[in-house]
Amino acid sequence: MFRNVAELVQLAESQNIKIAEVMIRQEIEITGKSREEIFSQMDRNLQVMEQAVMKGLAGVSSYSGLTGGDAVLLQNYIKQGRFLSGETILDAVSKAVATNEVNAAMGTICATPTAGSAGVVPGTLFAVKEKLHPTREEMIEYLFTAGAFGFVVANNASISGAAGGCQAEVGSATGMAAAALVEMAGGTPSQAAEAMAIALKNMLGLVCDPVAGLVEVPCVKRNAMGAANAMVAADMALAGIKSRIPCDEVIDAMYRIGETMPTALKETAQGGLAATPTGRALAAKIFGVPTNHRE
Amino acid sequence: MKYKSVFDIIGPIMIGPSSSHTAGAARIGRVARSLFGRQPKWAHISFYGSFAQTYKGHGTDVAIVGGLLDFDTFDERIKSSLDIARQEGMEIVFYEEDAVPTHPNTARVRIGDEQGELELVGISIGGGKIEITELNGFELKLSGHHPAILVVHNDRYGTIASVANVLAKYAINIGHMEVSRKEKGKEALMTIEVDQPIDPAVIEELSQLPHIIQVTKIVE
Repeated sequence: MFRNVAELVQLAESQNIKIAEVMIRQEIEITGKSREEIFSQMDRNLQVMEQAVMKGLAGVSSYSGLTGGDAVLLQNYIKQGRFLSGETILDAVSKAVATNEVNAAMGTICATPTAGSAGVVPGTLFAVKEKLHPTREEMIEYLFTAGAFGFVVANNASISGAAGGCQAEVGSATGMAAAALVEMAGGTPSQAAEAMAIALKNMLGLVCDPVAGLVEVPCVKRNAMGAANAMVAADMALAGIKSRIPCDEVIDAMYRIGETMPTALKETAQGGLAATPTGRALAAKIFGVPTNHRE
Repeated sequence: MKYKSVFDIIGPIMIGPSSSHTAGAARIGRVARSLFGRQPKWAHISFYGSFAQTYKGHGTDVAIVGGLLDFDTFDERIKSSLDIARQEGMEIVFYEEDAVPTHPNTARVRIGDEQGELELVGISIGGGKIEITELNGFELKLSGHHPAILVVHNDRYGTIASVANVLAKYAINIGHMEVSRKEKGKEALMTIEVDQPIDPAVIEELSQLPHIIQVTKIVE
């Protein structure tokens, strides 16, 4: 069983197998399930992700009205062809947004690693699908690769916004996606780890400050930027750029930053954007009724 | 290691918007329901920490009640669970507690009917994964990810051995086990997580052992 990224990379490179394969073999060993069962369970997750993206691209709106429709705006903008960044990256952003808009509307999603950060991994996957044309099996492997890195973060740091801030949620998702992108594009396990390190480094310190306590503002746009960050980090790693701080140490830094982060900035809706005049006004507008408060 | 499976990370499939505050809450409610063994007539639910601050925005209230109604994390009925509970005659009160919990996402669930009551404390540790940390005043650690047997018994020597013997007879392997008691020689609780499905005959045989008060099984 791998306990950190260094061991994960070592297991893959010494046997000349993919990170995805290391994760699959470990899952077989831990659960006693067959490879087919594990693949079909992950295939169901992939189906849910795909349906959520489709639903979001068709246009949804949350009950609060705070989010919805941005994925559609971005797709229309891409079609006009006058974008500044790039088609694949904007497609990833749009599909990440689509997923989180569906989540905010209490639709069905697959947590990756959490619901609030569910957009980054599928957003990037369904965007590069148009470019790399992976088989269904390779798409499922993408999720195992992402899962392997998420597994290390969850066990050595945190994937909970309440425990570690947004860096633990969208930050983790971004690192997971960056690593999976590298592997799908043909990069080595080491390069996947570099991508994860580069991506997560740029998410460190990110607080969890949801307006009105809703998983909407700024969560949807944090997923958008997480997807963009993952794409760029993957390209950097594939170009041969390395992180000076090893991936495991970046994960450890994320954990320690989360420990010292004030409670007001860890999913309590008391600080950051939630505490801005507009954030408070929106909260009052949405939940006008006093609650059953007990001292 | 807290997370053992890749599907703890990629998954669960769930109704939004939050894995910890919605899916995790649904699972806490469902474990309470499973331990109680039937649908309760009333529920008093206390939220602490981040749960207390943001439960309305995250649908933690509808999710935990959905769990009490035995709905899974992906069950669309979660969205209307408060209405469904009302129609089925379940009385529900929510409390926002100011006390600072050990874990930020903590809920205390008290449920009951004319035949009995149950009180548990659950924490949602991220990505939809939960732990039950307290049951009817006993401290415990229950992940809810494996079949488990809870045995309330009198604190007497040999009781644990007799329970283990029955499990061995049915070729059931213990993955994790804890014993806690309120006071020496008084009522105690065994929490046993096992690798195999638990046949009703096992529960029946355990119930017949000396010093055993109550045996409940929880299946994920």
